[in-house]
Amino acid sequence: MAALGRLRNHPGWLEISYQLVDRLFKQLDPMIRKIGYHRVDRWLRFPERIAKQVVFDCQMCGQCTLHFTGMTCPMTCPKNLRNGPCGGVRSNKHCEVKPEMNCVWVEAYERAIRMKIYGSGFHSIQAPLNRQLEGSSAFVNLLRSENDGISRAWKSIEGESLQ
Amino acid sequence: MKESTPGNVLEELLRSGQFVVTAEVSPPDSANPDDVLAAAGKLSEVADALNVTDAAGANCHISSFATCVILEQVGHQVVLQMTCRDRNRIALQGDLLGASVVGIKNVLCLTGDDVVIGDQPQAKRVFDFDSIQLLRTAKSMRDEGIFLSGRKLSTPPKLFLGAAANPFVEPFDYRPLRLAKKIQAGADFIQTQYCFDVQRFKQYMERVRDLGLHEKCFIIVGVGPLRSEKSAEFLRTKIPGVFIPELIMARMRKTPDSKQREEGKKICVEIIQQVLDERGVAGIHVMAYKQEDIVGEILDEAGLLPRPGKEYLQ
Repeated sequence: MAALGRLRNHPGWLEISYQLVDRLFKQLDPMIRKIGYHRVDRWLRFPERIAKQVVFDCQMCGQCTLHFTGMTCPMTCPKNLRNGPCGGVRSNKHCEVKPEMNCVWVEAYERAIRMKIYGSGFHSIQAPLNRQLEGSSAFVNLLRSENDGISRAWKSIEGESLQ
Repeated sequence: MKESTPGNVLEELLRSGQFVVTAEVSPPDSANPDDVLAAAGKLSEVADALNVTDAAGANCHISSFATCVILEQVGHQVVLQMTCRDRNRIALQGDLLGASVVGIKNVLCLTGDDVVIGDQPQAKRVFDFDSIQLLRTAKSMRDEGIFLSGRKLSTPPKLFLGAAANPFVEPFDYRPLRLAKKIQAGADFIQTQYCFDVQRFKQYMERVRDLGLHEKCFIIVGVGPLRSEKSAEFLRTKIPGVFIPELIMARMRKTPDSKQREEGKKICVEIIQQVLDERGVAGIHVMAYKQEDIVGEILDEAGLLPRPGKEYLQ
């Protein structure tokens, strides 16, 4: 379990940190490309895993979508849903599969509506996971997909703004 | 909206603005085709299309696909229910194409109940896709003629795509937005979870109409008769996502055992009449597990019989 999991109840701070890290990686991209994405991926895997595990209980899918899912890791949903809650949420907002656990997606939604930067991304349709990226650094994968044209199987489409 | 696919009765009825009736068929545990036909039996006379469940509640039965093929062969309209629980993306895309090739015209794309509630909780859950990814993939196969990989199909499948909605569970204010997402992903029609809480449903529809979603897809409301107080309690506590308000539970409890079935039926008819009054509702979907024999009576009392092109003999 995430030791610093309580931080997730402050999605506003988390999205700002996410944005900062994202910008930092984009700034460093030319350098990372020169060093080689594969090499940087190997260096980053471990620290990225630790950092994201203590806060988000990260499962290292390699395709981080936290900012679009209320800074709540969708891979902690027992059904690994990427596009919102299933129809089995219990009346106490608990999970259909694990009755003792809060529904990950109810939490994600409640946090997303408090997020100013990425909150509306909750409504975008998330592509199926590329299982080949499991275990690798999501930040490096993001840069690779933008530069090398490594296909992300299916580009996510932005949802219409609904609220 | 677009033109309907020739021969798709469900789609034609919906597009012509008539209330439709769909009913749920549970595939039996048998390798005898007669048992499959018997399961569809009377339901086919009173419903415009039959939904065939895909290992509902994660319990093993004849596959939804095979059941649909048999029912299609004898001229029934079917809705193939397809879940993401047991098959990965390769199998699902193959099945979408396969469905179209054998003449199945309607597919309901679902996430699926988890394996833990079924008779084999030891199974591996797949969930390579979720329902929205399945919908969007089916849509791109149909409209763009490509697989997920971008590889071209020589003849794209002709499918009327459905999705499920559950207005009766948390987060309530998100549910209409989730419907919007499903429509964007490709849903042409929606079938909801059991509606017992009409008040909640009305609030949901109000928001749906505000967003204009009832004009972008056909909303078919799930209903079903409660057999007894015991079965209501089972449905409420053991089946994920079913909400039965205290008022209805109290009505069942107050009724003596011998009359409970009649009361359950009465409640069902009342709910049908109330939801059909709601603007934006395109029809009802009857789920009457082990009570298939009274579906005809319920629909008759609700004034929904006979169905177009069908004769109803009581």
